[in-house]
Amino acid sequence: MPALLIVENLRTQFDTSAGTVRAVDGISYTVNEGETVGIVGESGCGKSVGALSILRLIPDPPGRIASGSIRFAGEDLLTLSDAEIRAVRGGQIAMVFQEPMTSLNPVLTIGQQLCEGMELHLNLSPNEAQARATELLDMVGISEAARRLQQYPHHLSGGMRQRVMIALALSCKPKLIIADEPTTALDVTIQAQILELMRDLTKRFGVALVIITHNLGVVARYADRVNVMYAGKIVETGAASDIYHRPVHPYTLGLLRSIPRMDRPRGERLIPIDGQPPDLTREIEGCAYRPRCSFAVERCVRETPPLEAVASGHTSACFEKARLERLLKEAS
Amino acid sequence: MSAVAGATLRPDTPRTAQAGPPLLEVRNLKMHFTVAGGIFSLNKAARIKAVDDVSFTIARGEALGLVGESGCGKTTTGRCILRLEKPTSGEIIFEGQNLCNLDRDALNEKRERMQVIFQDPFSSLNPRMKVGSIIGEPMKVHGIYPKRKERDQRVAELLSVCGLNPKFMDRYPHEMSGGQRQRVGIARALSLNPHFIICDEAVSALDVSIQAQVINLLEDLREQFNLSYLFIAHDLSVVRHLCHRVAVMYLGRLVELADSDELFTNPLHPYTRALLEAVPIPDPDIEKLRARNVMKGEIPSPINPPGGCVFNPRCPLAVDSCRQEVPQLRELKPGHWVACPRV
Repeated sequence: MPALLIVENLRTQFDTSAGTVRAVDGISYTVNEGETVGIVGESGCGKSVGALSILRLIPDPPGRIASGSIRFAGEDLLTLSDAEIRAVRGGQIAMVFQEPMTSLNPVLTIGQQLCEGMELHLNLSPNEAQARATELLDMVGISEAARRLQQYPHHLSGGMRQRVMIALALSCKPKLIIADEPTTALDVTIQAQILELMRDLTKRFGVALVIITHNLGVVARYADRVNVMYAGKIVETGAASDIYHRPVHPYTLGLLRSIPRMDRPRGERLIPIDGQPPDLTREIEGCAYRPRCSFAVERCVRETPPLEAVASGHTSACFEKARLERLLKEAS
Repeated sequence: MSAVAGATLRPDTPRTAQAGPPLLEVRNLKMHFTVAGGIFSLNKAARIKAVDDVSFTIARGEALGLVGESGCGKTTTGRCILRLEKPTSGEIIFEGQNLCNLDRDALNEKRERMQVIFQDPFSSLNPRMKVGSIIGEPMKVHGIYPKRKERDQRVAELLSVCGLNPKFMDRYPHEMSGGQRQRVGIARALSLNPHFIICDEAVSALDVSIQAQVINLLEDLREQFNLSYLFIAHDLSVVRHLCHRVAVMYLGRLVELADSDELFTNPLHPYTRALLEAVPIPDPDIEKLRARNVMKGEIPSPINPPGGCVFNPRCPLAVDSCRQEVPQLRELKPGHWVACPRV
């Protein structure tokens, strides 16, 4: 499948009173047409900032994209004019945010919000937009679509609002949807409904999906490939089954061991990762994960491990990846 | 469950728990709130049955999980037990005394023995107090270690029990990470040597690597001090890991209660089944083979709940009688209680 989005060496920083925060510190990855890529990591690892950078939604100041390139369908999004990037936002690339209450405008009806984008991006007449909006609501499983178009966001439940967000994201026939924690605010049965819906619709229309989440279960169920982030960097990438069954970064392994799992016998003790993530206002020398890592060696103190391939399509940023791989193989 | 039948149909203490009377017994607990109607509804007040006829027991040293989706009444149940709410009816028997009949002083005395850990480690600690005062204040209020020096010593001890450096005493909450703050919340809950702690979504706000640290801490503390927990949470895999028994609530009612192993391997109530099916498992190979029976619909409004079984509009097994009769909890296997006549 051809590459749709190519992020190269992206750095996004924020100038704060405490110093410069290196929220995203040199990440590179690719999203192919029609595939689903999961980006996992804990709070503050830069997964959301990395996604917002793609659409240049970083408030400047205090934020800025310090370096890198983001190539989407052959164009570098970082060199586009403001008018040109606005045509991409909500058009070819759409976003679904975590909080469906704050990401919909409370003083506009659902219909107004759906139609605005389509009139702008697809040059539809108000009547055509209205007709397509009804279709879209139908498609995302909202009954009585015509009546719902007249309603305001506060009339809808959280799950319904997220369905509207998905309709909104799909409305202008995007090639890529970025979903930032799309179901974190929802109950588990509603989460399942929304994720299934997103998966069905993106597959049906061949839309690529970047799904950002801290939930390893969600990624396992829905992603084709996974990027694991820690302290502003991508530390491991690979096919979902590689990441879950053959992790080659100690942080990925640590994450997998620290979650209680329904498919394992009860009573197994969790193995947490000691310590806490680093303070990103300080310059980190060597590997950012080293203070919490049980595989760390002398070299990790000074040198930053580069992301290197261990197998086709599977990369890790760890000097000790070979030892880790060997140990896991012996253990299994 | 009718009031008369309630006495005999109460889910009992399981075989796994220690002998002796239960530490806590909740009997036919009801908490109904009255909400005023809008200005156009001619002041017609509606009643919300936040908790409706809930009964369970917790043994000494036992962790009981209480799960369900937002608005199912799990937090209200916890607040009633702590007597932060006055229940509409029912009994809460804690260490042999009915908390609903106690006067203020007697209740305060009992409250020494029951504590709570909240979800949000940011809003549940006073930002203007140092950690030492946050943990020391309950002791001050209850007159334990009235001398400052002894109290500080006890605070230092509690901090190290919870895996924090005693030096943190002089810090303010904003100088700490979320995980560290949650440990402060736990140290505060332990300060009065409680027998029973309500953990209300105590690990939900934490990142997975920190969450595992706190889960292990809660497990260790339970064993070390023979604590009982009511563990209120929506994350089923955490509940399964930490709790001996699990109670499932839906729209104010208890729909199933069983040992953890039993509930997770053999869920009987259609709601419990749907809930378990909705939890994604962190293994792509397992996920590929799993059936995806996504439950349809949403939780109905508690102001206008469906008649009969509250789950009937979403239930795949529902028949006509489910729309008329409220199902009672019955014991299908020893210790496994289900409120569904169709299983």
